[in-house]
Amino acid sequence: MKAITKFTLALTLAAGVGSAAYANEAAIKARQGQMELYAHYLGLLGGMAKGAVPYDADKAGAAAASLASLTKLDSSRLWPEGSDDMSAEGTRALPAIWDNPDDVMKKAMALGEAAAGMEMAAGQSLESLQGAMGPLGGACGACHKAYRAPDS
Amino acid sequence: MYRAARYFVFLIILAGAVFWWITAPKRVSETDIAGLTGDAVRGETVFWAGGCAACHSAPGAEGDARLVLSGGRGFASDFGTFHAPNISPDPTHGIGGWQAVDLVNAMRHGTAPDGSHYYPAFPYTSYARADLQDMVDLWAFLQTLPASDLPDTAHEVGFPFSIRRLLGGWKFLFSGPDQVVTADLPPEAARGRALVEGLGHCGECHSPRNALGGIDYARWLGGAPNPAGRGTIPNITPGKLTWSEPDLVEYFTSGFTPDYDSAGGEMAEVVQNLAKLPVEDRRAIAAYLKAVPAVE
Repeated sequence: MKAITKFTLALTLAAGVGSAAYANEAAIKARQGQMELYAHYLGLLGGMAKGAVPYDADKAGAAAASLASLTKLDSSRLWPEGSDDMSAEGTRALPAIWDNPDDVMKKAMALGEAAAGMEMAAGQSLESLQGAMGPLGGACGACHKAYRAPDS
Repeated sequence: MYRAARYFVFLIILAGAVFWWITAPKRVSETDIAGLTGDAVRGETVFWAGGCAACHSAPGAEGDARLVLSGGRGFASDFGTFHAPNISPDPTHGIGGWQAVDLVNAMRHGTAPDGSHYYPAFPYTSYARADLQDMVDLWAFLQTLPASDLPDTAHEVGFPFSIRRLLGGWKFLFSGPDQVVTADLPPEAARGRALVEGLGHCGECHSPRNALGGIDYARWLGGAPNPAGRGTIPNITPGKLTWSEPDLVEYFTSGFTPDYDSAGGEMAEVVQNLAKLPVEDRRAIAAYLKAVPAVE
């Protein structure tokens, strides 16, 4: 009887740990997908800023609006505890993210503001789009610098 | 026998004299900069081009805190860990007691006001190529910054590198040429040369070094291991760098790579500085990087 209880307990725990790991793996994939989407819309805006793609106010405005919506996703679903690079595979997210929630929130707000700034600017003129790239890059970089492990 | 001994003693004294002469700290004199007046506004551009804040601000400083040059960051290397000193205008713990000529001596010759040699973790090998006017302008700007009374942290450097006099020999061997790329360049790339080889001190990290830490000018900007351990610092010559000039300018402005990742590590800090330069300077750096000899 005792042995069976122990066995059941062990099984339940293992299943619990297993499903948490599975949930975290899904969250890591999802937030990396979010980053890919950022890069996808930035590709058009940056291409215009660099002069590699002709400027088109409507397309720029639409890309910037999509970018701004991406900053509004519920991040608690994307960044669960235990999905840092010490606990999980396939991520460069440093554990410090979960140790400094206030700073992370501040940086996330800054990204939201920079994306809103781009949303305002992108459809106006090429010059205003170019001017909004810097703050946007700064906001992305601020978080990556503090909370992402170096490549390789 | 007696003659031989005397000859031997003579040789030792001669070697000592040569050593003393080679390792003697070099300085400029007051008269070399007597005609120059510092302009703090121009000095701010020199400050961002030189990337002073990247090393001399407090660890993790952001925004306006990057203008408080309290020092305190540590830099690991094969020779030990160096700690950036306080270069804020504090008279006791910073450089408030300096004159313009002291900054010029530090940047041009790596010589401290007391005549000792600075370690080349302070990139005077590159800064030496900057104009005296730039240094005097920088001095004017540094004096406008807030003071910090944070005391310096001593470098953690083992024997024999702890003997500062030997650095005179290091400078003698490894000071490098006045210009690394000597070819005639169009004006934009030539401006880029001044920035990259001088104030920007890009070659300090992006070029490989020999066993004694001297830059390998034959493989200028050809990439190097990261002295802090993890990863490598990329080859930014046309041998490996495939980004276009507009790609480079965008990277120096917003930190976005051509696939819209953002600059990481130390380079994120560098981008913060480059973004403050006029766009013409960022274009000049890109033009120069396309003109340097390719390292495969």
